[in-house]
This record gives sequence, C-alpha cells and structure tokens, in this order.
Amino acid sequence: MEMLSGAEMVIRSLQDQKVEYIYGYPGGAVLHIYDALAQQEKIQHILVRHEQAATHMADGYARASGNPGVVLVTSGPGATNAITGIATAFMDSIPMVVICGQVPSTLIGEDAFQETDMMGVSRPVVKHNFAVKHPSEIPGLIKKAFYIASSGRPGPVVIDIPKDMTTPTDKFEYSYPESVSMRSYSPATRGHSGQIKKAIELLLGARRPVIFVGGGTIGGRACGEATELAQALNYPVITTLMGLGAYPSTDRQWIGMPGMHGTYEANMALHHSDLILNIGARFDDRVTNATEKFCPTAKIIHIDIDPSSISKTIAVDVPIVGPAKSVLLEMLALVAKSDTQPDVGALSDWWVEIDQWRQRHGGRYERNDNGLLKPQQVIEALYKVTKGDAYICSDVGQHQMFAAQYYKYDKPNRWINSGSLGTMGFGFPAAMGVKLHYPDAEVVCVTGDGSFQMNLQELSTCSQYEIPVKIVCLNNQSLGMVRQWQDMNYESRHSQSYVESLPDFHKLMDAYGHKAIIVKTEAELMPALEQAFALKDELVFLDIHIDPTEHVYPMLVPKGSMRDMWLSKTERT
Amino acid sequence: MRHIIAVLIENEAGALSRVVGLFSQRNFNIETLTVAPTEDPTLSRLTVTTSGSDRVIEQITKQLNKLIEVVKLVDLTEGDHIEREMMLIKLKATGQHRDEVKRTVDIFRGQIVDVTSSIYTVQLTGDQGKLDAFINAIGEAYVLETVRTGVSGIARGDKVLSI
Repeated sequence: MEMLSGAEMVIRSLQDQKVEYIYGYPGGAVLHIYDALAQQEKIQHILVRHEQAATHMADGYARASGNPGVVLVTSGPGATNAITGIATAFMDSIPMVVICGQVPSTLIGEDAFQETDMMGVSRPVVKHNFAVKHPSEIPGLIKKAFYIASSGRPGPVVIDIPKDMTTPTDKFEYSYPESVSMRSYSPATRGHSGQIKKAIELLLGARRPVIFVGGGTIGGRACGEATELAQALNYPVITTLMGLGAYPSTDRQWIGMPGMHGTYEANMALHHSDLILNIGARFDDRVTNATEKFCPTAKIIHIDIDPSSISKTIAVDVPIVGPAKSVLLEMLALVAKSDTQPDVGALSDWWVEIDQWRQRHGGRYERNDNGLLKPQQVIEALYKVTKGDAYICSDVGQHQMFAAQYYKYDKPNRWINSGSLGTMGFGFPAAMGVKLHYPDAEVVCVTGDGSFQMNLQELSTCSQYEIPVKIVCLNNQSLGMVRQWQDMNYESRHSQSYVESLPDFHKLMDAYGHKAIIVKTEAELMPALEQAFALKDELVFLDIHIDPTEHVYPMLVPKGSMRDMWLSKTERT
Repeated sequence: MRHIIAVLIENEAGALSRVVGLFSQRNFNIETLTVAPTEDPTLSRLTVTTSGSDRVIEQITKQLNKLIEVVKLVDLTEGDHIEREMMLIKLKATGQHRDEVKRTVDIFRGQIVDVTSSIYTVQLTGDQGKLDAFINAIGEAYVLETVRTGVSGIARGDKVLSI
C-alpha cells in the first residue's frame, strides 16, 4: 500500500477523481497542499486574484460541463472570501467542491491567526461540509464530497482541513475508494409510477397546457427527454431563467421565460393555463409574483429531485420526486402507448390565443433616433455575430435580463448566470472557467459597468493564463436595475445608483495587456463585435455606451398575478 | 398545530448545529429540543417540538430529511404516541404550606428528591400539560426555580423508529 501525507492525499485524490483544473489561492494553512501540488503535473492550478473569483470560475465550469468545479483556498480570509461564490452555487444547485485550509487542530477555538469557523460560516450555504479529524480520512471524505456535490440536487460541499492533517512527514496508507454508500443519504433514483400515471392522465386531458422547464432539467441532463415530450404533444414550452437552453429558444413551441421579466406570452399562457407540467423548477418568488394569485385555473404536476422544492411556495396536485430524466423517459413511454390523445381542437385554439399574445408584445423595444444604442440591440447583434452558439456568462442587473431575453439559447449549459443569489461580479470569472475548459468555443461575459468592477482584478489572471474571453460591457454609467426600481418606485430619486468616476476602460485593458474597443453608435456596433471575435487569442473588452434611461420590460406588477405586467414605461396590462 | 418530530441523526460533531441552524435559517419554531445518543452509539436521537401550519410542518420534515446526516425521522403526532418530559422544580415549603406542597406532589405522583428546612426539590415526569398543571396547582409564587428536559416521544404499538 502506498504511503502518503495528508497533503499528498488531497492532490492524489483529486487526480484519481480526474480533476483537470483547480482554482485557488495559497496561504499559510494550505502551504503543505500547495507544495504537494507543485510536485505533479496532472492537475493545473489557476491562481486567481481574489478567492471569490476562484469559486465563480469553478462554478462557470460546472454549469457548462455538468461536472463539479474544484476550489482550493486557505483558512480565515481565504475561506470567507469564497463564501459569496459558494452561496451562489448553492442557490443555483451547482456542483462544487471547496477545499479550505484551517489552522492546526491544536489551535482551533483559540482565535489563532487566520482562524475562522468555516464549518459554521459555510453551513447555511452548502449542501454539506466536512471537517477532517485525521489525515487518513482525506481520500474517503473527498470521494464523499464529489458524490454529494454531484448527486441528487447538486450543490457545493466544503472540506475544512486543519494544517496538521497535511503535515508532509506524517504518512498514511492511501487508497481512493471506488464507490460511496451512505445510510443517511440516498437521493431518489426514479419517480413513483402511480404518480407518473396520474400525471399522464392530467397531461393528456389538458386543454390549455404549458410545459414549464427549469434549471433542474439541465442539471438532471434531461433536456432531450423534455424536448421530446413537448414535441410529441405539441404543447407550449416555457423555460425559466435557470432553464434557458433546455428547450431550443428558436423553436415555435418555445414561448419564452416566465416571471418578473418574462415574455408577455409566457406569463399570459401560465396565468390562463389549465395544466402546468413543471420539470425541475421551484416556483421561486421572481417567477410566481403573488403566490395566492398564481395561475388560478391550473392543475400542477411537479417533477423535482428535491422533495422540499415541491409545494414549498405553490401547492401542487401531482408531486413526483425523482430525477427528471428517468421520470420523463417513463412519461414518454406512457404517452406513446396511451389510447387517449390530447384534444387537437382545444390545443389549436390554445395556440391561436398564445400566438395572439406573442403578436402583442413579442420582445419589442423602441429604438432611439438620437443615435444612442439600446442594450437590446447590442444583445441582438451579439447573437448574430456569434451565430447563437456562444457561451453567454452574465453578470447581474439589467444587462442580465437583456441577455436572457434577446439572445436565443438553443442548447443547454450555454446560458450561465447567477439566477438565485444574483451575484454581481459572477460573470467574468465564470466566463474564464468556461473558456479554460472549452478553448475553442466563443465565451462571452455580458456585463455592466457596475458588475464588472466587482471582479475586474481577474484581468490579471487572464493575462497570466492567456484566457481570451470576450467581455461585452453594456455601459450606462449607472447601476441600471437599481435605477429602474428607483424610477418606478422612488420618484426617480437615484440614490447612490450613479457610478461616478468610471475608469477609462481602454487604459485599464492596456495596463493588463488586453484590448478594448469603445462603441458609441449603431454604426460602430457590428464592426466592433466582428473585430472582437476575429481576435481569437485576445481578451477583448467592448465598452458599449448605451442609453442609460432604458428599462427592462415586460415587468410583473408587484403583488399582482402573472398577467399583471408593465409592457413599457407607459403601458400596462 | 403542535408537532413532535423524532429524528435519528449521525452522532457526529456539528450534526446538532445543522438542525438548530436549519430552524433559525428557515424561520421555523423550536419549542423544545432534546438529544442524546441511542443504544447504537453512532446514532443520536433528537426530539423537536414545533408548531406551524401543515405546509410549514411539511417543509420542516422535508428540510430535516434533506440534511445529509439525518438518517430517518417521523412526525409522532401523526399517530398515537407517548410523550414525556421531566422537570426538576425547587419549591418554597415553609409553615402550613409545607404540607400542602407535599400533598400536591403526591397527587401529581412527583418525588421529593432534595429537602431543606424551607425547600422541597421535586422531580416530576409527564407530558407538557401535566407539568404545566402542577406549576398552576402549586402557585407560581412558591416556585423558586424550574428546569425541564423538553419533550421526548415514542410511537405507541409496534411502530419503531430505527434503521
């Protein structure tokens, strides 16, 4: 049996887990691990400039690939800096394994230098966390961490390793477990057949159905099955912010995103539906508007791997706990051999109604005649230039909603955003994580002048490792979404939402050795984008000046139902 | 409505903090909480009494189940069950009243476990209602100190919570 130190076990276990990249930042408590890292070549470490970015890079990679991202940080500030990124992954159910150092076990509890109770601090924002009590536990705990992070409803797992668990001279027998079994953790492997039968009866008897697809469909790798079911039935499909790309957005049956800034037709169809088949979405508050007014005539079937997501905010009629993929496969088989078929007449009337709603708004926006670019125009141009095939990693704010609304996602895992936590600063490092793993793909960070400044230090990481992401900054010299809410709810008192003293982004990119292009007019837009994407090996920052007064529409009216929307600054339903 | 939830949880450092943290994090009530290892030293059994609407209770049991270290749980109030709580209570017992205290303790089948010339310390076991009734019967003016264990519970009949 091979004898390894705890530090060597950490690295060997990650190798045996087939990890290619880890993102991190060294410090006192993890120096033994970093020393073990330096003595091997299988795993590449990416040195970030702030630990938050390490977690977002791992997260971006996880969202694009479906595999857990791996982070290595030191104790104290290293660990606490990672918290925002861990919480971001937790809220969006993204698999991640975070290894953090801890002060030696003999000092724990004594307020030692760089000591933080990471078990306590991270507990509310992790799927699980482990503290290492003996070096020989390390391989087993790492195996468990990957298993927990990526099975069931995925999420981040933290492993807290006191420095004395990694002492180079203390060697123990190493073997990496082949499998894990835990008596206290066994996620559902299939749905209840009786419930699935009931669901099919409702589904086939519906006259105004919608299929409501969430992030769980992507996380559960069930997009093909969901698409097949929707097309077999010819039912309209709505994808949530987290589910964009799970069903092709250019297909006729896709009617948009629901919720706060969802499409008019998606919100109207939901409100008037008689049946909602929810696949892996959790009816969160940004989707439902007032829960007591949510879809008054709809029966609801809800497929979710996490039973606690079912009937949490909205009571459902047929709950199905299980992995989306196996449940949908069972549903497809039942639909294929069922004697009942959907009522073609009712369905065609339903489509006529939906198409009328589609006509009414259909993502329209007013263009300026004074030359100021509209953010929507920029996203449409981006879609054209990238032929709809880029990974779009968004930050948080108005630009995020525009990127969700005006880029059409035909594939899953291409739209990467912090949906639930809404973490500004997420987009750029997430894009870096994606680009490292998919060097031949176009990877774009869509950001704003506010969000970008929350993690711009990573420009330096991009220089070091030559990560040529493209950054599309919708520059409105303000915190656009805050400003929009202030316009709508606070009589346009723009309290602290104007970003004074923006840096000269051109000079900033110069300082880091990157390229910047400034765009101020419509005429400059397409050529600038084309030029940027032609520079395959360069990070290009597009500083695109847009109309600072623009709002995101449609927008649900607070405390209303799904059909209560602002459609423009002056028009509401 | 009040519910008693019995939970088997891995007997590991930090497991209890996950349960307690869950309740505060999700704005659930804890009225009482008792915890101790079981006959299998790798498992602890925890009893929580809580209250809330059916939807809240459903969320509580689902969220508890989701904790990785929770092995199994049951809402005892869904069926017939026995609940007990133990109280140690220090009572003023002087003059004529001293006999009255003794009588009340007997009626409630309590035991006097410590005595001074002016104090009885009483041990009393029962459901929450019985303990509350005892305090009422004695009169709060005579109560110097109380300590209650919180509720522990078990299902009646052949239902067993084990792995």
